[in-house]
Amino acid sequence: MYSKELSSKKRDEFEDILEERRLSSDLRYAMKCYTPVIYKGLSPCKPNAIKSAVLQSEQVQYVIKQLAKEMGESPDVIQEEATEILDEMGHRMQLGAVRFFAFTLSKIFKQLFQRVCVNEEGMQRLQHAIQEHPVVLLPSHRSYVDFLMLSYLLYTYDLALPVIAAGIDFLGMKIVGELLRRAGAFFMRRSFGGNRLYWAVFAEYVKTMLRSGYAPIEFFIEGTRSRTAKTLTPKFGLLSIVMEPFFKREVFDTYFVPISISYERILEESLYAHELLGVPKPKESTSGLLKARRILSDNFGTIHIYVGQPVSLRTLASGRINRCPYNLVPRHLPQKPSEDIQEFVSDVAYKMELLQIENMVLSPWVLVAAVLLQNFPAMEFELLIEKTLWLKGLTQTFGGFIEWPDNLCAKKAVLSDLTLHSNIARLVNGHVVLNDKGVEDGPVGEIIFRHALAVLMCATYRNQLLNIFVRPALVAVALQMTHSFRKEEVYSCFSFLRDVFSDEFIFFPGISLKDFEEGCFLLTKCDAIQTSQQEICPTDKGSGTVSFLSAMFRPFVEGYQLIFRYLSKEMKEAFTEKQFIPGVRNFVFQLLEKGSTQCYEALSSDMQKNALSALVQLGAVKKKKMSNGFTYNVNQEAVSKILDMFDARILVWKPVAARL
Amino acid sequence: MVHDVNLAGSSNCCTRALEGSGSAVQELLKWNGWGYNDSKFIFNKKGQAEFTGKRYRLGGMVLPTFKEWIEKTFGASLEHKTTSRASLNVNDVPPSIVNEEFLQDLRATKISYSQDAEDRVFRAHGHCLHEIFVLREGMFKRIPDIVVWPVCHEDVVKIVELACKHNLCIIPFGGGTSVSSALECPEEEKRTIISLDTSQMNRILWIDEKNLTACVEAGIVGQDLEKQLAESGFCTGHEPDSMEFSSLGGWVATRASGMKKNIYGNIEDLVIHVKMVTPRGIVEKNCQVPRMSTGPDIHHFIMGSEGILGVVTEVTIKIRPVPEYQKYGSVVFPNFERGVACLREVAKILRALFALIRLFLSFAKGHALKPQVASIFTSFLDGLKKFYITKFKGFDPNILCVATLLFEGDREKVLQHEKQVYDIATKFGGLAAGEDNGQRGYMLTFVIAYLRDLGLDYYVIGESFETSVPWDRVLDLCRNVKERIVRECKEKGVQFAPLSTCRVTQTYDAGACVYFYFAFNYRGISDPIHVYEQIERAAREEILANGGSLSHHHGVGKLRKRWMKESISDVGLGMLRSVKEYVDPNNIFGNKNLL
Repeated sequence: MYSKELSSKKRDEFEDILEERRLSSDLRYAMKCYTPVIYKGLSPCKPNAIKSAVLQSEQVQYVIKQLAKEMGESPDVIQEEATEILDEMGHRMQLGAVRFFAFTLSKIFKQLFQRVCVNEEGMQRLQHAIQEHPVVLLPSHRSYVDFLMLSYLLYTYDLALPVIAAGIDFLGMKIVGELLRRAGAFFMRRSFGGNRLYWAVFAEYVKTMLRSGYAPIEFFIEGTRSRTAKTLTPKFGLLSIVMEPFFKREVFDTYFVPISISYERILEESLYAHELLGVPKPKESTSGLLKARRILSDNFGTIHIYVGQPVSLRTLASGRINRCPYNLVPRHLPQKPSEDIQEFVSDVAYKMELLQIENMVLSPWVLVAAVLLQNFPAMEFELLIEKTLWLKGLTQTFGGFIEWPDNLCAKKAVLSDLTLHSNIARLVNGHVVLNDKGVEDGPVGEIIFRHALAVLMCATYRNQLLNIFVRPALVAVALQMTHSFRKEEVYSCFSFLRDVFSDEFIFFPGISLKDFEEGCFLLTKCDAIQTSQQEICPTDKGSGTVSFLSAMFRPFVEGYQLIFRYLSKEMKEAFTEKQFIPGVRNFVFQLLEKGSTQCYEALSSDMQKNALSALVQLGAVKKKKMSNGFTYNVNQEAVSKILDMFDARILVWKPVAARL
Repeated sequence: MVHDVNLAGSSNCCTRALEGSGSAVQELLKWNGWGYNDSKFIFNKKGQAEFTGKRYRLGGMVLPTFKEWIEKTFGASLEHKTTSRASLNVNDVPPSIVNEEFLQDLRATKISYSQDAEDRVFRAHGHCLHEIFVLREGMFKRIPDIVVWPVCHEDVVKIVELACKHNLCIIPFGGGTSVSSALECPEEEKRTIISLDTSQMNRILWIDEKNLTACVEAGIVGQDLEKQLAESGFCTGHEPDSMEFSSLGGWVATRASGMKKNIYGNIEDLVIHVKMVTPRGIVEKNCQVPRMSTGPDIHHFIMGSEGILGVVTEVTIKIRPVPEYQKYGSVVFPNFERGVACLREVAKILRALFALIRLFLSFAKGHALKPQVASIFTSFLDGLKKFYITKFKGFDPNILCVATLLFEGDREKVLQHEKQVYDIATKFGGLAAGEDNGQRGYMLTFVIAYLRDLGLDYYVIGESFETSVPWDRVLDLCRNVKERIVRECKEKGVQFAPLSTCRVTQTYDAGACVYFYFAFNYRGISDPIHVYEQIERAAREEILANGGSLSHHHGVGKLRKRWMKESISDVGLGMLRSVKEYVDPNNIFGNKNLL
């Protein structure tokens, strides 16, 4: 299933949809004749009809009867419960609400964004897909704007509006929650693994809409907004639900449409950075949203939305799912997916995320941020431009999708980006400095916090490059760590790093060698290395590239080491995640205070969680489910061993070796 | 010229054989298509379709809408015609290679045989599309070397003994209606291939009225069996669509199913006793009883064995008095979904109270075959359409579907059951559509098979295939398989939209038998048969993925062998293999079916 075109592929052109909005009446736009094409097999029905179909379905009725028997309750009581769940969950899509959003969002988007660019060919492909088979929209998730924007876009292009799986927390926002419901949002509880009734009702609700082709179904495969702008590892629950009707052949096929939404400047950037540093996220509330109004006066640049090629589930599954696991059991019985199927779902999830990553538009600022972070805290403006241009070439070699605004010269583009992101960096006396807002003379702790904030915000943009760079970069890191040219050794180190970072970056499962080869190929392509049968040699010309790449990923290597060290030294007893995060944060904070590390990114709770979960996967930490959540137990010896793998090699990074 | 001598010798035997009715039938049948020579669809001088001959009710009638239907459905045109070669080219036929010692032994038995090319080619194939195509335009690579006509069980024993002695290959041949490539000779078979034609073993040996059983030789053809039993006032009630030509032994060897199985049962329900000659000896039981508990039923090794274990020679079969009263009927449904739901309900409530219920997806085809004379019916149908359109707005008359019905038994019961069925049908939006329509459906069953030969003349190739499927998956399976066919056609470069339709032909407590009809216009395709086979294969994959079976009653043959492991598991296949290895260690019955 994993295949990647390594030569730069041709991508569609973009169109700015706000341009039209700036020229004509928003009111007329909101009241326009809206007659979307629909799925060929669809007999239109009301949202309430879906709910009652779900309630009456064999699937839900079966679980109700089972539960009634087990709990000695009357089925009516449980049926009542199911009705309540449905009422809490169900959308009530109404054209009126949609028009309201069309109007207000036009106003808001024009205020916030300079341009909203869309690949029109993608929209056309989507239009065909919607008519042919049930469609699942899989956008990347960086902001609340994502799903509003996507529905807005589909309305603009006269396409069927999706029903959207949203977190239940939105219902906390009084009016907004209900408005979203009317715009097609349905709400899922954050965790309902143990609740069989909830699971049955939810799954059947989604499947009923999918089977009938009622509307495209939209959800975020990452599960939540990525606070780091780095793609999160996929969640499988909803994906396996929407695949089931095909596995059971209740539909002929299902289309998955990966959609990449990239922001030149992310609305929530500062909020995210605070959150990552442990300043609690404000609960979703209507008043909170109103307070966010001051954001309206700010400029958030351009949004790029790339609607990918619809991917046929039937094609993905052909040759993969040979045996028919659902043939021997009635289809309405809840059935745990076989290992085959679970593996397939996971592969599809990763494939979709890789497709999202491939089509994610990168702005020049992303390059600037990556350069700046390596030249902390200030660098010469001219040098920045030179480096940025160099990085642009490298990014394109690696298959990155860069949109350079209006063919501006590099200097102008960087300047315009510095204006847009003046809260992160600014130009002072021909030097670009990180904007940590003049707290030079506060308490040390305050200075470090401010600094960390600026670094994490900047990292949010560099992060957008990482999944494009990770394969060649880990080869570069491995080259430096092993201090060897032997392919075998470099590969074994690469493979180790890939495992350690499996939750940090997106790797297609089980193809370590292919990833390694791809990394080597890309490094060869940019003349950074030469390879022979047994050896990999950095070229003289390429040492700069190799150093740059390993420096790019150094925060992760160092950060993980700090976190592992904390775990191996400080955590002797079982602990919960709630104990772990503040603990490791303090640990890193103290090291930063002492000046014994410069790795501010290790303060990020995202990295901390990923590192912990990596250890769980490597078997160095045991994760146990308790009544009140998960607890963790560290196997000191195993963690030390992993640390040794790093430490033995960290020496190699000292400047002497770096000159290699 | 040794070969000539052989031919001379054989023509002698042939004369003897031709005196028997079996070879006489061969004379009556098409050599390169389905059924009787005198019965076929043609376009007459006025360009109207006509069915020739007097054998069927449709015979001699003009079918005014047929031409339009075939043109519309397939994009076929009367100007674009292909013609089959008019007769067999004897020079193309692979030579008969039989060693003289065996011939001497064979002559000593006085069993008729022939090495004539036409006799051998006639028995080298069944009625799969590719087989007919080869007959029209090419030649088989391997055909039987010799045809033998045993006239009784003992003859078969002698032939099998000789084959074992000389290490030859036997392929049993009954009615030749196989649609699973079961009769095709394995190309790599180096031994002499004997086609063992059972057609001369066609006597009813006895009728036992007390136990309602009859012992019959296995070569008897369905319609003869029913005709002869009827003379004594009995019937078996086993009526597969091929019953005009297929034989009792063939039914046993393929696990056949008859359209009236609701009342009479399928072949496995009808058989009381089977005698089979194998290389190991004769397999039979010690008594003829309705049921016995003596380990796995050895009949079930024989039924469906498709000629790989031996030759079925005599069968004791259940018989019933000829029913006092028969009544046809039909119901129109607004769409296929409602029709299937109704059939499911009827199967649940009435079970074995009606003989036959069949559901056609759309009566496009039946409609096209509407004869000119049946004007009452025509106006009725038009009235129905109008009724549906006015009563249920938005209903498309093109997706109406028809169920045909047949009731048998005593008059009172029949009328009672009929009412019950119609009552249920009403609940599903069904409307009774008359006896005539039902009878037409029954008649069409037998003439539909003739359509393919007409299509072949106009670049249209097609086939039907079947499966069985649980009730709850019928609709999904039908939709997906039809869609898969349409898609595969597009992908394989078929330029005209294919005909891809289906019907429900049998109902059971737990599921139904579904037939698919698939045909397309192959103009512009260089290798139509290959394309056709790829598409049929894809359709079968789809059926299996949708929870359907590999076959309900056509059997596996060589056409569907590749899915046997998937169908019955490794161990299951091993069980069958070990039986084959014991019964026939030298693979005398080497037609390579099934395993």
